[in-house]
Amino acid sequence: MELTTVWFALIAVLWIGYFVLEGFDFGVGILLPVLGRDEPERRAMLRTIGPVWDGNEVWLLVAGGATFAAFPEWYATLFSGFYLALFLILVALIVRGMGIEYRNKRGDAAWRSRWDRVIAIGSLVPALLWGVAFANIVAGVPIDADKEFTGNLLTLLNPFGLLGGLTTLLLFVTHGLVFLALKTDGELRERATTLAPKVGLPTAVVAVAFLAWTNVQTGTTLSMVVAALAALAFVGALVAATVRREGWAFLGTAVTIALAVASLFLALFPDVMPSSTDPAFSLTTTNAASTPYTLTIMTAVAVVFTPLVLVYQGWTYWVFRKRVTVTREPAKP
Amino acid sequence: MLARWQFGITTVYHFLFVPLTIGLAFTVAGFQTAWYRTGKDEYLRLTRFFGELFLINFAIGVVTGIVQEFQFGMNWSSYSRFVGDIFGAPLAIEGLLAFFLESTFLGLWIFGWDRLSKRVHLATIWIAATGTLLSAYFILAANSWMQHPVGYVVNPATGRAELTDFLALLTNSTTLITFPHTIAAAFMTTGAFLAGIAMYRMLKDRGRPEDAAPFRSAAKAGAVMLLVSGLLVAVTGDIQGKIMTEQQPMKMAAAEALWETEQPASFSIFTIGTPDGSEDVFSIRIPFLLSFLATGTFDGKVEGINDLQAQAVARFGPGDYSPNIPITYWTFRWMIGMGALAALAAAWFLFRMRKGRTPAGRTVLVAVLLPFLPLAANSFAWMFTEIGRQPWIVFGLMQTATAVSPSVSAIEVLLTMVGFTLLYGAMAVVMVGLVVRRVRAGLPPATSDRGFEHEAEPALGLGY
Repeated sequence: MELTTVWFALIAVLWIGYFVLEGFDFGVGILLPVLGRDEPERRAMLRTIGPVWDGNEVWLLVAGGATFAAFPEWYATLFSGFYLALFLILVALIVRGMGIEYRNKRGDAAWRSRWDRVIAIGSLVPALLWGVAFANIVAGVPIDADKEFTGNLLTLLNPFGLLGGLTTLLLFVTHGLVFLALKTDGELRERATTLAPKVGLPTAVVAVAFLAWTNVQTGTTLSMVVAALAALAFVGALVAATVRREGWAFLGTAVTIALAVASLFLALFPDVMPSSTDPAFSLTTTNAASTPYTLTIMTAVAVVFTPLVLVYQGWTYWVFRKRVTVTREPAKP
Repeated sequence: MLARWQFGITTVYHFLFVPLTIGLAFTVAGFQTAWYRTGKDEYLRLTRFFGELFLINFAIGVVTGIVQEFQFGMNWSSYSRFVGDIFGAPLAIEGLLAFFLESTFLGLWIFGWDRLSKRVHLATIWIAATGTLLSAYFILAANSWMQHPVGYVVNPATGRAELTDFLALLTNSTTLITFPHTIAAAFMTTGAFLAGIAMYRMLKDRGRPEDAAPFRSAAKAGAVMLLVSGLLVAVTGDIQGKIMTEQQPMKMAAAEALWETEQPASFSIFTIGTPDGSEDVFSIRIPFLLSFLATGTFDGKVEGINDLQAQAVARFGPGDYSPNIPITYWTFRWMIGMGALAALAAAWFLFRMRKGRTPAGRTVLVAVLLPFLPLAANSFAWMFTEIGRQPWIVFGLMQTATAVSPSVSAIEVLLTMVGFTLLYGAMAVVMVGLVVRRVRAGLPPATSDRGFEHEAEPALGLGY
C-alpha cells in the first residue's frame, strides 16, 4: 500500500478515535443542564468524564497535527477555508474546557450554574459544527486552481452540511446518554436509560438520511456496506439500551460512530478535499501529501507510539471503570 | 499584519502559562515525592496547595494550546503549504508523544488519589511532568527551524521546502541551546511563583506556626530554584547569543541597535535615540561588553545593521531586512532586566530568612510582585526572538508577508483577533481571581490522604 494511503487511513483512525471518545463527553456536556436535576447529579455527571475528557481531546490535536505533517496542503486549505467555523469550534472548546476544570473551584451556586451553561453550549457548538465540516469536506467545496477555498461560512451552511451537523449532534447526545447509563447509578441512570431510545429513534432517521445522501453523491460499494453496518450497529445499540445491557449499548453507539466516520472517509478517498468548482482542482492523497521521506519517519513514529498511547489510555478507563454515584452528603464547613 | 498581531497575542498569552505549567508539574511532583518518602503532613499539604494552583494554570495552557495547533493553517496557510513537510512532523509528534502523556496521566493524578497505590499515583505526576518537557522540546525544535532552517532542500518543481534529514532537525544547534534556556526560564518562573506566594503566606500565617513552617521551606525552595535556574538562564542565554550572532546577525545588531559595524563593540544599558532611531542622543554604555556577548572575546567585531542590510540586499534582492529596531532593542533589555530583578529579589528573600528570621511586613509587597517579573521576562524574550527575526518567518527562506492565508479576508482576521483577545482577557481575569482566592484560603488541612473528591467547601479537593 502507498504511504499516502496509509496516512489517509491513519488520519481517518484519529478522527474516528476523536469522535468516538469526545463524542460521549460532548453528549454529557450537552445533557448537563437537561439530565442533571440538582447539583450533586450534575457533579456526578461531570465526574464520569472528568478523568478522561482532556485525553479524548488530544485525539483532535493529533489529528490536526498529523494532517499538517502528512498532508500539508489539506491542512492549509481546510483550516484557512473553514476559518470562521473553526474559530467558533475553538472558542467553544476553550470555554468548555475552562468550564469543566473551573466549575468546582468555587462553592457558590451562581458560579457553577454559569459554568454549566457554558459547558453545555461549548459542547453543543462543536458537536454540531464538526458534522457540518465533514459533510462539506466529503461533498466538496469551492476550491480554485491554487488550492484555495473561495467560499465563506455561509457556503458551509447548506442543507447537506446542516444535516451532517444534526447527525453528529444527535449521535453524540445518544452516545452520551448510553455512556451515562453505563457510568452512573440511581435516578440519573434510570433517566438516561429511558431517554436513550427516545433520542435514539430520531437520531436513526437523521443519520440514515445523511449517510444515504452521502453515499448517493460520492459513495463506493465499500462505503455503502460500512454505512449499512453502522446502521445495524445503531439498531443493536438501541435494542441493548432498551433491555438494559448498558455495556453492549455503549459499545454499539461507539461502533456506530466509528463506522459512520469510516464510511465518510471511504466515500472521500482518494480525494481529501474535492473541489466543487472543477474536479481538476481537487486535493487528493497524492497532490496534498508530504514527501515519502517525511511520511516514512512519521510512520515509524506512529507505529511505535500509537499502541503505547492506546495501552495507557485504555488503562485510564480501566482505573475509572467504577460507576460514579451521586453523593448527597452535606458539605463540611 | 492583523494575522501577525493575532499570532503574537495568542502566542504570548499561551506562553504566559506554559513555563509555569512545566515548572509547577515538577515542583508538585517534588513535594509529593517528599511526602511519599517522609510521610510528613506538611509535604502533602504543600502538594495539594500548589497542585491546585498548578491545575488552575494548566487548564488555560491546554485550551489555548488548541488554538496554537490550528492557527498555522487558519492564518498562515501559505506558510503551512511551504513548510508542512518539515514543520508538521514535530507538531504531530508533540501531540502523539507529549500531549497524550500529559493529559492522560494528569487525569489519573487528579482523580486517582483513592484508586491508585501511593507509588503508582506518585508516578503519574512524574510522567505528566515528563510530558511537559517532551512537549517543549518538539515545539522548540519546530520554532528553531524557523530561526535556523536545517536538514531541508527547496524543491524547485513544487517550490516547497522538503525535509531531508530528520535528525538534523531534532539536533539543530538552535534547538539544543534554546531548549535548556527555555526550561531554565520555566523553572525561574516557577521559583518566583513559589517564593512569592509562599513568602506571602508565611507572613500572613505568622500566628500559625503549623502553616508558616511549610511555607517557609517552600519560600526557601522557590528562592533557591529561582537563583540556580537564573544562573542557568544567564549561561545558556549567553551561549544562545553567540549562536544567534552567527545565524541571525541582524537580530543581534537590532538587539543593540548597532547601526555601524564596531570592533570592539560596547553595550548600551539605556539609550534615547532620534525618532528614526538611527542616531543616539543619550546613552549609558559599557565598553567591550557587546563584543563579548556576541562573539565571546572582548575585541570581537560585531556587524552593524547598515552593513547587514547591504549584505541582505545583495543576497535576496531589494527590500528592508531589519526588524523593528526600538522593539527589538527594548524587549532584549527588559527581558534581561526583569530576570535580573527577580534573581535579586530571591537573594534578598534568602538573606532576610537567614537563620530562621522572619522578614518584616514590607516584604509582602515584593512577594506579591515577584511572580510577575519572570512572566514579563518570558513575554519580552518571546517577542524579542520572534520580532527580531522579521521580516522573515523562516529565516532566509520565507518572508512573513507572503505567509498568510490568501483565502481569509482582513475582516475575518480582525473578527477572530478581537474575539480571541476579549476571550483571553476574560479568561485571565477568571484565572487570576481563582489563584488569588486559593492563595488567600491558605494551606489545606491534611486530614487524610484519600477521598480528595469529597472534600469540604470551598472545594479543596483536586477532583470535581
